[in-house]
Amino acid sequence: MINNSAAQMSQDLVSGATTSVALTQAHLDRIAEVDDKVHAFLHVDTQGALEQAALVDAARARGEKMGPLAGVPLALKDVLVQKGVPTTCGSKILEGWRPPYDSTVVTNLKNAGVVILGKTNMDEFAMGSSTENSAYGPTHNPWDLTRIPGGSGGGSAAALAAFQAPLAIGTDTGGSIRQPAAVTGTVGVKPTYGGVSRYGLVAFSSSLDQAGPCARTVLDTALLHEVIAGHDPKDSTSINAPVPQVVAAAKNGEVKGMKIGVVKELNGDGYQAGVRQRFEESLELLAKAGAEIVEVSAPNFEYALAAYYLIAPSECSSNLARFDAMRYGLRVGDTDGASAESVMNMTREVGFGREVKRRILLGTYALSSGYYDAYYGSAQKVRTLITQDFNSAFEKCDVMVSPTCPTTAFKIGEKANDPLAMYLNDIATIPVNMAGIGGMSLPCGIAPEDGLPVGFQIMSPVMQDQRMYSVGAALEAALLSKWGAPLLSLAPSLGGAA
Amino acid sequence: MSSLSRDDVANLARLARIEMTDQELENLTTEFGVILNAVARVQEVATTDVPATSHPLALTNIFRSDVVIPSLTPEEALSGAPASEEQRFRVPQILGEEA
Repeated sequence: MINNSAAQMSQDLVSGATTSVALTQAHLDRIAEVDDKVHAFLHVDTQGALEQAALVDAARARGEKMGPLAGVPLALKDVLVQKGVPTTCGSKILEGWRPPYDSTVVTNLKNAGVVILGKTNMDEFAMGSSTENSAYGPTHNPWDLTRIPGGSGGGSAAALAAFQAPLAIGTDTGGSIRQPAAVTGTVGVKPTYGGVSRYGLVAFSSSLDQAGPCARTVLDTALLHEVIAGHDPKDSTSINAPVPQVVAAAKNGEVKGMKIGVVKELNGDGYQAGVRQRFEESLELLAKAGAEIVEVSAPNFEYALAAYYLIAPSECSSNLARFDAMRYGLRVGDTDGASAESVMNMTREVGFGREVKRRILLGTYALSSGYYDAYYGSAQKVRTLITQDFNSAFEKCDVMVSPTCPTTAFKIGEKANDPLAMYLNDIATIPVNMAGIGGMSLPCGIAPEDGLPVGFQIMSPVMQDQRMYSVGAALEAALLSKWGAPLLSLAPSLGGAA
Repeated sequence: MSSLSRDDVANLARLARIEMTDQELENLTTEFGVILNAVARVQEVATTDVPATSHPLALTNIFRSDVVIPSLTPEEALSGAPASEEQRFRVPQILGEEA
């Protein structure tokens, strides 16, 4: 039952073939069985999940009108607050904190009857590409437990790949939904910036952060997208417009006559041979399905990584100032006569990990008087150039595509001491965040040289998210008929009953 | 210009209110040399004629109606406080006087 898609689980709930309590219990059992190996979860809310499942079952029994995902379980990235449930953001500075309110994403999930199983592991405050920066230890990739599950949302992606949950929520500031999806053989979408409310999403880089849906199929991702998206007066950057019709697009999966732009700069040197091979094969399948493949150029994308590592740290140095040991979270050194400033200094030293401190200091530098124009100011100009590159490319095509990541999953520890090598993982995902457009990663095969999943990235213009779902669904269908079974059927069973 | 001394890094840590160990300052000084060289590339194309983008959406002044809506109770607001007293956050001394 846990291997099914969320759409199938939903049908089984409607037909009465199963109940939400049974479905939730099956996933809790799976978590208990394999999470000591995977470590996808930081907190499992057994009681809360079963209670919510029982409420959904009771409502259904009364004949109440239910949403399409009512009763289906989900794993929530630990950066979104849920009232009364521990939220750490993978940081010691928030250990034990229980938020007094729900994020809008959680409110929308609860209103839709989605059952929240627990909170998933992540790089501390979403800063990282491997989940190794979690203060609570790394998550392991279900395909190979010695490898990273991507990051920052490695816990959410691993939970899907290990069949601990059919749905998950991630957040994507520079690729934190799409890169984990790519390296775990799952699907992840960063919606258009402003498409999903950021209210209750603990801020890292406010102009880049975006919550989004994760699942094992394109349709499941679309169903979850429509549950969490929409205008929210509590987020002043939330777009006040109808949600793109992503479910209809995913069901239709039609690409006839669509122009698909292959980004010249996001391929070639630096991309693993098996990644390029699977990407090229996918282009052929899309062409066979009736799409026209064209080449587009984005010359300023090569500066995106540099600009990102100025903008994101700058915004983070400001956002993380809220962790001051005064109103919530950790407080260290509050002895008789200690000053507020010394308590703050000691708390932040003990509470923050290495990467978070590195970025706070980098941002402090980039924003400091005398360097502001040279660093933060220049990065903002690059942001304009990248947006212009997207705009002119989208005049020649409907969506743009690239490999999601240059490589498959690397070994845990391999890049932990080389920040620049780690940052390079996000080279193909960052431009999307800089321009605020939509991006999807879906599995497109196994790299022959290492047997690990490869991700295919689709990028769509602002509030045209349905386009990436059309292309994603078409490619998924073509690959499924080629393979005969979903890619994840090749993943190890982890000794469990899946 | 893309390198920082150990004292520069110590000053940044002070500004960011993080009490760092000597070893952390050493490591960061080395790492910043590499990182700043890489990110300084933005200056190659950031010419004066390019406008800056601070945010992906061109929004200005989003207001809400001035009406009272439910909010946290004092107990909820204080529920995560490291220390509280008389329905208020209790903080260490801020000024230099005797506590």
